[in-house]
Amino acid sequence: MAQPPATQDRVNDFVIKLANVNGTGSASANTMLMKSIFRMGVPVMGKNYFPSNIQGLPTWYEIRVTKDAYVARSGRVDLMVAMNAETYQKDVREVSPGGFLIYDSTWPRAAVLARDDITILGAPLAKICNENFVGVRNRILMKNVVYLGLLAALLEIDVEVIRQLLTESYSKKPALVEANMKAVQLGYDYAKQHLPCPLPLRVQRMDKTRGSVMIDGNTAAGLGAVYAGATVGPWYPITPSTSLMDAFKSFCSKLRVDPETGASRYAVIQAEDELAAIGMVLGANWNGARAFTATSGPGISLMSEFIGLAYYAEVPAVIVDVQRVGPSTGMPTRTQQCDILMCAYASHGDTKHVLLFPSNPEECFYMMVQAFDLAERLQTPVFVMSDLDIGMNDWMCPELKWDDAYRPDRGKVLTKEEIEALPKFHRYLDKDDDGIPARTLPGVSPKGAYFTRGSGHNQYGGYTEDSAEYQVVMERLLRKFKRARTLVPAPVIEATGTSDIGLVAIGSSRGAVTEARDILAKRGIPIDYMRIKAFPFTKEVEAFMASHTKIFVVEQNRDAQLKSLLTLETDVPKSKLYSILHYGGLPMTSKEIVEAVAAELGDERRAQVAAAT
Amino acid sequence: MSFINKPKVRHPDLPQNQLGLTRRDYEGAMSTLCAGCGHDSVTSSITQAIWELNLRPEQLAKLSGIGCSSKTTAYFASGAHGFNSVHGRMPSIAAGANAANKDLHYIGVSGDGDSLSIGFGQFAHAIRRNVNMLYICENNGVYGLTKGQFSASADIGTRSKKGEENRQAPVDPCLAALSLGGSFIARSFSGDREQLVPLIKAGLMHKGFAMIDVISPCVTFNDHVGSTKSYEFTREHYHEAVHTDYIPARTEITASYGAGEVLPVQMHDGSQLRLRKLDKDYDPNHRGKAFEYLRTRLRQGEHVTGLIFLSPGHDPDMHEMLHTTDVPLNQVPYEQLHPGAAGLASILKRYA
Repeated sequence: MAQPPATQDRVNDFVIKLANVNGTGSASANTMLMKSIFRMGVPVMGKNYFPSNIQGLPTWYEIRVTKDAYVARSGRVDLMVAMNAETYQKDVREVSPGGFLIYDSTWPRAAVLARDDITILGAPLAKICNENFVGVRNRILMKNVVYLGLLAALLEIDVEVIRQLLTESYSKKPALVEANMKAVQLGYDYAKQHLPCPLPLRVQRMDKTRGSVMIDGNTAAGLGAVYAGATVGPWYPITPSTSLMDAFKSFCSKLRVDPETGASRYAVIQAEDELAAIGMVLGANWNGARAFTATSGPGISLMSEFIGLAYYAEVPAVIVDVQRVGPSTGMPTRTQQCDILMCAYASHGDTKHVLLFPSNPEECFYMMVQAFDLAERLQTPVFVMSDLDIGMNDWMCPELKWDDAYRPDRGKVLTKEEIEALPKFHRYLDKDDDGIPARTLPGVSPKGAYFTRGSGHNQYGGYTEDSAEYQVVMERLLRKFKRARTLVPAPVIEATGTSDIGLVAIGSSRGAVTEARDILAKRGIPIDYMRIKAFPFTKEVEAFMASHTKIFVVEQNRDAQLKSLLTLETDVPKSKLYSILHYGGLPMTSKEIVEAVAAELGDERRAQVAAAT
Repeated sequence: MSFINKPKVRHPDLPQNQLGLTRRDYEGAMSTLCAGCGHDSVTSSITQAIWELNLRPEQLAKLSGIGCSSKTTAYFASGAHGFNSVHGRMPSIAAGANAANKDLHYIGVSGDGDSLSIGFGQFAHAIRRNVNMLYICENNGVYGLTKGQFSASADIGTRSKKGEENRQAPVDPCLAALSLGGSFIARSFSGDREQLVPLIKAGLMHKGFAMIDVISPCVTFNDHVGSTKSYEFTREHYHEAVHTDYIPARTEITASYGAGEVLPVQMHDGSQLRLRKLDKDYDPNHRGKAFEYLRTRLRQGEHVTGLIFLSPGHDPDMHEMLHTTDVPLNQVPYEQLHPGAAGLASILKRYA
């Protein structure tokens, strides 16, 4: 084995990538690896790159150990755990110079796959499993746990932390804890005897994860729906949103059971398709329950007709779009921010919708609650624009908090007494001049009855084909949308106070942008950052655009959809905006933002960056 | 949909129901359908049925899709909320509304285009889900609002107004509902109020999905010679297999029937149905036989009407399958829906 170039110590600052075959149980071992580092107080980022397949195709898991708590990919791979013979060639190539690769040396490795600028470490994992475990399936599963032990020794991960995690995972099956610990120990002992432990890449206890949780966005959003008081969840299964309704149902099955009767205080209904799912959401919201659905781009396409009805008939609805790669079926297990324009203007005719952009699981939780309040206050559909990266990966984020003083904002829903005190109820009459009429619920009073319809209607709720009457309602809907600008969350602006260069981003790009700004600042290029949290754009968005001369718009789609929306819906001149686009389907890296900014800023600045690199 | 408000003129001697309401109190806006449209007769039967049932108008929710039939919901019970949704999607609105509040009575009015073409999927799944509602399909075999195209229920050999012959097999909503597990399946004719009114009452009181296919001729586009859904053809090929009488709870039963001809059925609210079998060989409690009977008669060109099938057992409705609480979900206090800050801290332990 060629000796590797001298590698610097990389304590708590390196990237592990694990190449596996899907369906072999690697995901749980990899999650445990990440969680054990987190439990040692060291910030981590984990990304799962999995195929749209049940078993047998390549899958990768990337773990970034990051003492500075950067939550994005760095673009490096310092340690590759190459467990998939099929992708071995690609995996070897991907290791950053000076890095390490671990492979299963049970079988010989072709010499052509060697690289002399990295250290290749072999361990006979399959052989160890065959000698120590019985049964084909068990041997396959345990191989993952053996490399977990191996890594514990190489990276100095506390085996007791792993034991604790196993105990928590298998609290009801203690025998599994022992079997798994045996595998961990086998790997650990092998590494101690045969491999150069520890590697320069090491984990050292810190105290930087206290008060944080590792949670995925779909789980957090499902929990948010529980706290928002949602009771009806119609949905149709679609990757990557499925785990959201699963989480909601699972939380409800524990938290929403009548203690006396055992009956459920929620209804999760698996619909026959997305058209029915959104129809049920509208029916339930119309009838006064908080109802929502979770879907992805293809589902939004199917729901569009009903979304237009909800806009025009003014029925509240919350729709979570966990975006995946389009167009069409696209790449269902890869991430993008590609539904921005579709959701902003979903359905035929003149429609505009409220969008919220969570940037991590923490915001998924809070924005679910906000979405319901906005939907009911504004009597309109509200989209929570999550994505696969946020929804399905575990993110380190601050522990979620709840204010017990919170009460849902049900908007202008008239009580029986209020209805009966009126001379006459008119559904679409804007009495308080805020663009929002009052509504009534079925079953309350015959005096509150009205006809909900997607056909032309006047402000009294009656059918119309009269131009003037139709326009009165359409103009008022526009006023309502303007009113939404004052109710949606304002952007988060991080200004340097000195820069005339701005950078705008939404959602899961946040991690990469934050790190890129730090890198650029160190290289003498300070940039102001605006993270937009909602559409319609608030006045702060407009002000930021006006006060910067050059603005980078970072987003994860091919067609610069956010940039388009900004040019359509604000006064910013197009010439000020520079797109940084990333749409290959993997989460963004800070590196590509740094490079794109440097390139755009021209020779002088580029030299500055190069000199500092 | 278009409508004209009806002037409120009351005759002082109009009969009142137990709530002190007259039939006029259950009417809606003035119909804008064509004069003689079967759908208006259905509206009249619905109005009569809900008046007789002593339901408060606001206890009802009226739901529809798109098409001539879907306008019906505007023409009765103006004191009830109505939802005229999108084409073929009324069942999902109904399911969602019902999920939110199980205590209201839901009447969905649809048509053959709305139910059997664009909305066939939702129709089928509402039956499977056994949403507790009355679903009326006003079936005339044509698209009226778009001027006379065949619908999916057009019979083979029937001719359009322009003379074109339909060659495709029809979808029969009753056969479809039988095969999908429907628990209450009936067929009637808009012109037979005596049969239709008790069926509507029974359907509304049935706990689960009650489907009534009402042959309701289109006077403008499908009432000519050569059509199998004209008034004349329907009257000639009309076969009532079972007649239903609806007897409200706590009513003394006075009518007398011949032995073996009457099948009493107890409803969950204490009311009773008395099924008079006009065809002695017919068994409205047997799904397989009902299916065969309908198909045989259809081949002979006959419309079998009456309560075609009523499930003999207890078929759980959507809420029973979901095991939801007795308190409607839209009325569960917010405090009972989440465990507060303390609960959140304990949930999060798993993620720390």
